[in-house]
Amino acid sequence: MLTKRIIPCLDVKNGRVVKGVKYRDHRDVGDPVELAAFYNDEGADELVFYDITASSDDRPIVLDIVERTARQIFIPLTVAGRLRTTEDMRLMLESGADKVSIDTAAVLNPALIREGALRFGSQCIVLGMDAKRTAGNSSMRWEIFTHTGTGGGRATGIDAIEWAKKAVELGAGEITVNSIDADGTQAGYDLELLKTISENVSVPVVASGGAGTPEDLYKAVVQGKADAVLAASIFHYGTYPISEIKKYLSDRGIPVRV
Amino acid sequence: MIAVIDYGAGNIRSVVNAFGKLGYQVKVTNSPKDILSARAVIFPGVGAAGDTVSSLKALKLVEPVRRVIEEDKPFLGICIGMQVLFTGTEEGGWHECLDILPGAVRRLPAGLKVPHMGWNQVKQKISHPVFSGIPDNTDFYFVHSYYVEPENKSLVAGETEYGVTICSVITKGNLVATQFHPEKSGEFGLKFYDNFIKNTETN
Repeated sequence: MLTKRIIPCLDVKNGRVVKGVKYRDHRDVGDPVELAAFYNDEGADELVFYDITASSDDRPIVLDIVERTARQIFIPLTVAGRLRTTEDMRLMLESGADKVSIDTAAVLNPALIREGALRFGSQCIVLGMDAKRTAGNSSMRWEIFTHTGTGGGRATGIDAIEWAKKAVELGAGEITVNSIDADGTQAGYDLELLKTISENVSVPVVASGGAGTPEDLYKAVVQGKADAVLAASIFHYGTYPISEIKKYLSDRGIPVRV
Repeated sequence: MIAVIDYGAGNIRSVVNAFGKLGYQVKVTNSPKDILSARAVIFPGVGAAGDTVSSLKALKLVEPVRRVIEEDKPFLGICIGMQVLFTGTEEGGWHECLDILPGAVRRLPAGLKVPHMGWNQVKQKISHPVFSGIPDNTDFYFVHSYYVEPENKSLVAGETEYGVTICSVITKGNLVATQFHPEKSGEFGLKFYDNFIKNTETN
């Protein structure tokens, strides 16, 4: 039986993991390669590096991190952030990334999904979507936002469900659904959004944004029908080791890799 | 020399990294001569089986691969590198493959998420050196949309459930092939590779 994946996300800026990572032991918590090794030992099923470096001059730093990680860690590695062309993707994949995740760039240039899928295969093209609940009475329930890394992001007028379907048609092999409303709140994922996207696409869906407790992850899988859960804070602050989360899920009948 | 076939389709880096981590020197190559003279051949495949066969033909690698397997030299096919060994694939309309092993490559059934992506258990159907030190039903990392249906069921060394029973490992003499990616399957994935190479040393 296919297990549900637990995926820690590391935000990398200028070669260091940011977001106030805190652990019980005294390792260098800001080093991406060390942290990747730590999460691997803890039982992470995949890893995501989110490159939030502002300047493209720093690209070689990220490539170096990916390369060093890929020599040490033998679980799937996804790189997200600042990938705008298939050439950007190629550099990451050749450095050792297994998947690349595109969000804003895909909205601005949907053909990038198709080009990436044709060149590297759908299995390594992830669509990252940032969706926000709409306030009004329109038929659109969640709207896609771009540029969410910088402040509140920009509204696009694009319906999240339609966008998910289109991305799969274009060749996305997986979709990471990030709820802007829930992101960083640790109050739980937007389960309705997750469920709606998951039921409307044929590819795996990864829940992102909002996890605060193991119960949130459980709900993302059971109610949100997610195939995997991605989180940052819940792991970084060391409150819940991955092994503990997996035990929590396993005790409640969710298949996980132990 | 351990040869890793690079037919230009993409990412063999993680396979090379995995053997490197285990302390084995591998040669990444598309030279028929290297492949024929190697003591073991690793064939990682990505993309579509039909495209892979076309690339192998263009690089004149079909005969070397066939000969290595016919001579029962150690050969390890991974993912698409497993699928192309069969008669043909349904992917993108029927495409002939290498037909070294009789059987078809089928699309995963509708109803479940495709690709089949993530960690899933491999049920060991036979006792084999490649499984040495790896418990039955260990999770390995899969990412694929098609799977092999060998005509000769006795080749099936491992099975995995995903809507259908997927043949996830085949063995035939010194030929081993996996649908999953050992290089992405953590400690036990590395162990699988190590077992494969160690087994070639004792032969």
